[in-house]
Parts: sequence; structure tokens; C-alpha cells
Amino acid sequence: MENLNEPKQDVLNESTILEAKLQRRSFLRYAGAGAAVVALTAAGCRKDRVAIPNMGATLDFKDDVGVLNYAYALEQLEAAFYIRVASALPSSFTTVQRNYFQDVQFHEIAHREFFKKALAGNAIGSLEVDFSSIDFTSGAAVLAAAQTFEDLGVAAYNGAGVRITNTANLVIAGQIVSVEARHAAWVRDQINPGSFANLSTLVPFGANVAGGLDGALTPDRVLALAKPFIKTQINVINL
Amino acid sequence: MNIINILDEIEKVDGEIYERLSPRRKAMKDFFNVGKKVSLAALPLALGSMFQKAYGQTNPTSVTEVLNFALALEYLEYNYYNHALTNSTIVFPNAASRTAIETIRGHERAHVDLLKGALNITGADAYVDADFDFTGAATFGTAFADVFSNYATFLKVAIAFEDTGVRAYKGQAGVLKQNAVLTTALQIHSVEARHAAHVRQMAAAAGIPLKPWIAYAANGNDTGIAQVNAVYAGEQSTMQAGVEITGINGTAVTQTHAAECFDEILNGTTVKTIANIFIRTKKLA
Repeated sequence: MENLNEPKQDVLNESTILEAKLQRRSFLRYAGAGAAVVALTAAGCRKDRVAIPNMGATLDFKDDVGVLNYAYALEQLEAAFYIRVASALPSSFTTVQRNYFQDVQFHEIAHREFFKKALAGNAIGSLEVDFSSIDFTSGAAVLAAAQTFEDLGVAAYNGAGVRITNTANLVIAGQIVSVEARHAAWVRDQINPGSFANLSTLVPFGANVAGGLDGALTPDRVLALAKPFIKTQINVINL
Repeated sequence: MNIINILDEIEKVDGEIYERLSPRRKAMKDFFNVGKKVSLAALPLALGSMFQKAYGQTNPTSVTEVLNFALALEYLEYNYYNHALTNSTIVFPNAASRTAIETIRGHERAHVDLLKGALNITGADAYVDADFDFTGAATFGTAFADVFSNYATFLKVAIAFEDTGVRAYKGQAGVLKQNAVLTTALQIHSVEARHAAHVRQMAAAAGIPLKPWIAYAANGNDTGIAQVNAVYAGEQSTMQAGVEITGINGTAVTQTHAAECFDEILNGTTVKTIANIFIRTKKLA
């Protein structure tokens, strides 16, 4: 870890710092997410604490690469969650729940790896997650967290679809979101049988009960909801 | 001031608002960009100019076609569940299973009403129960003859309808690309996927071993019901956008996981062929 107060910095690092500052400035100019802006402004004030190798990930929504990286970020979060769950399944889980959490784990790993491979050199780095708020020994807590991640994932894809300009990318997003919706429905039924598509509980995620419509949220709102689970700072530009 | 709410309000009186706006994608995009720079006070003016441009355009027939197509599928689904709930001898195993079907019927009705509104259709439903033969007798003979007397048969056909719906909406996404109506279509699409997952679990509870997601089968059809092979054709695919998902990047992702974790699209022609099996007259062209 280097910090800005260190007297000697090489040229490469200096240019990285300049870029980073620029990203922050453009983020502040464009982002609408109040909470994120506040957090970032606070971080910006602590100049002596800025870590150079860990400047966070930047999602630039100017084109499909940004949208796909956004999906990649969310799939990283989901995969990390299910890997953690699968490493020590709650003792209350039934055989079916054990098997399906295993399935879902590999679905999310596959989604994550797909984006990593498809984005190649354009992919953001690996995100550091923070699941300290989740009690992984409790079946109820794990199911509740899984429901949040799946419902949020569905709302994220539904809300981001309109930003995608390439048909092939849009189709891929559609192919993934329906699987996330299947996960969400199943997890919901584990918690509360029959709640698979309880739209009134999905209103905070943008669902419309009268229209029979699932959740849909813009990326800034999704990232604000995901923020407590992601340590890595995510910068958003051109949203 | 919420632009989406405004569009929603206009949609109530003018169901074609999104179609009118869609050819003006650029104008809309410009508007949103402008919105970031201008003050709130200036917004109504900018909005007015956007709508003026929007209403000067003709409707894009492709979007209208997609909405009509989606509406026909929603009529099929709604009438199927409504028939099962109001005019059948199906014995639901418990209150929860009946309630679940009522929930799904409610969503399909909501989709019908939403799409009728979007298409500015104010009259009676274009398709009613009598327009459908849910046994598909002309094609399937007696295979589904007990669809409204046998709970298991009812679930099998329901699963085929829901999984078809999921594939059908996905297949039209390209036509709706970058159009505001795409978000609404996606929101319907994922509700259909939730239905599919639940009905598959109802089947599992009734002794038909199905996962909430479409498991790998050599011909794509994990239901084992040969009549619905066309619904699942291609679902066995493990190759996405030229990327092999099985064992991707050295992971332990199996062929089964790989097939399950991406649902496949179905083109409009195939969906119409499937739907027409259950439509007596007024078949989809």
C-alpha cells in the first residue's frame, strides 16, 4: 500500500493518481446517487488515506462495455455469496436446498466467468466483498440474503436492458435474467411458500403490482443497495 | 419531478406513447442528457419539445407487432388458468396450490390489460376461452385430453406455456432494443420466469421430478413430455455468444450447470406454431 504523502513516487503511479482524480471529478459531476456521492466526497477529503493499487472499479456507462461490466460486478457479488454459502451450508438446509444452492452457485460462477471472458481486456478487476452482516450458519439468514441478491439481480438486469445497444448483448442479458428470476422464485418459496412472484414485496425494487410487472432499477439505485456488500469502491460515470 | 411517472400517466390516456416516443430515441436520449444540465425550472419546456417531436412520427409497426404478439400469448395463458380455476374438475392437492394458480392468473390478466392499454385497445378481449382448445387435440390427439380434470396434466401444459412465454419475450428483445417499452417487456418476462419456476416446483411436489430451472437434456426438453419438444428445442445449448460455458475458465461448471444457467430464446415463428396448436380459430399469422 502506497499513499499520496509518500515523497517518492514513480511516473506510472503519478499518472494513475491523476487519472483517478479525474475519474472522481467526472463521477461527482455525473452521478445522481446521493449516498454514493456523499461517501465518495468524504473519501476524497481523506487524501492521505487513498491507496493507489486499490482505486476501485469504474463502470463507464457510455457504451455496452460499461453495462456488461456492471453485470459482471453483480455476478461477482452473487457468485462470491453462493461460494461462501456452499463452503459451509447451514445445518438446517434440506437435501433439496443443499443441491439447489450448489446448482445456483455454479450458475452464478458461470455467469461471472462468462462476462470475464467476454469482456477480456475490458473487464473490471475482481471485487472485494463484505458479507460480515450475514450469519452464514443460519438457514433463514442465508435464504433472506439470497432472496435479496436474486431479486436485486432481476431488477438490475431489467433496469439496465434499455441501455444495451448491441442485440447480441441484450439477448445474453435476457438469457441470464430469466434464470435469476427462477432462482429468486425458488428461494422466495423456501422462505414463504407461494411468494415466488409477490410483486407487492418487490415494489421497493421497482415492481408494479397493477401491471403485473417485476422489479426494474437503474444502476445507481442497484449499486446503492449492493454497496453494503462490496468493499471495493465502484465509480460510476456517464450514467 | 419524475419523468417515468409522467410517461406512466400519459400511457394511461395514450397507450401508444412509448411507440410514439420510440422513433425519437435520439430525441429522448438527448432529452435525458439535457436534463442533467438544465435546471428543474427549465424541464417542462424541454419535455414539451420532446413530446412534440414524438407525436410527429408514425408508429413503428415492429413494436406494435411485438406487443400484439405478446398480448396473444397473455390471452392464451390467462384463459388457460381461468378455465382451470372456474370450469374444471381439477383437484388441487391443497389450498396453496390453488392460490398459486390464482396468483399467476392475476398476473396474466394484468399483462393482458397492460398490453391492451399500450395498444390502445379499449374493447372486449380479442380471445376468449372458446377460442382455445387447451388439449391441443388437433395436434396431440388425446395426450392432454384430461388437461382440466387431471392436476398433473394441467401442470405439464402450464409449464410448457410458461417456459414458452419466457423464451418468446426474450426472442423479441432485439426488436424493442433501446425502446422504453423494452423495460416493461423485461418486467413481464421475469414474472413469467418466476411463474415457470413455481409451476415446476408444483410439479415436483406432485411427483414429476423437475427443477425450477430447465435442466440439461440431450434434446433440450427436461420434462420428458415428447409433445412439448418444440418448447425446449435448443435449451441444451452450453455455448453462449461463441463462449463454451462448460468448464469455463477452468471452473467446475458442468454441462448441466452450463445448460441451466442460460435460458434460450425462441423466435416468433416457432412460438406462433406452438401457440396455434392451442388456438381453434383466429390463429396467429
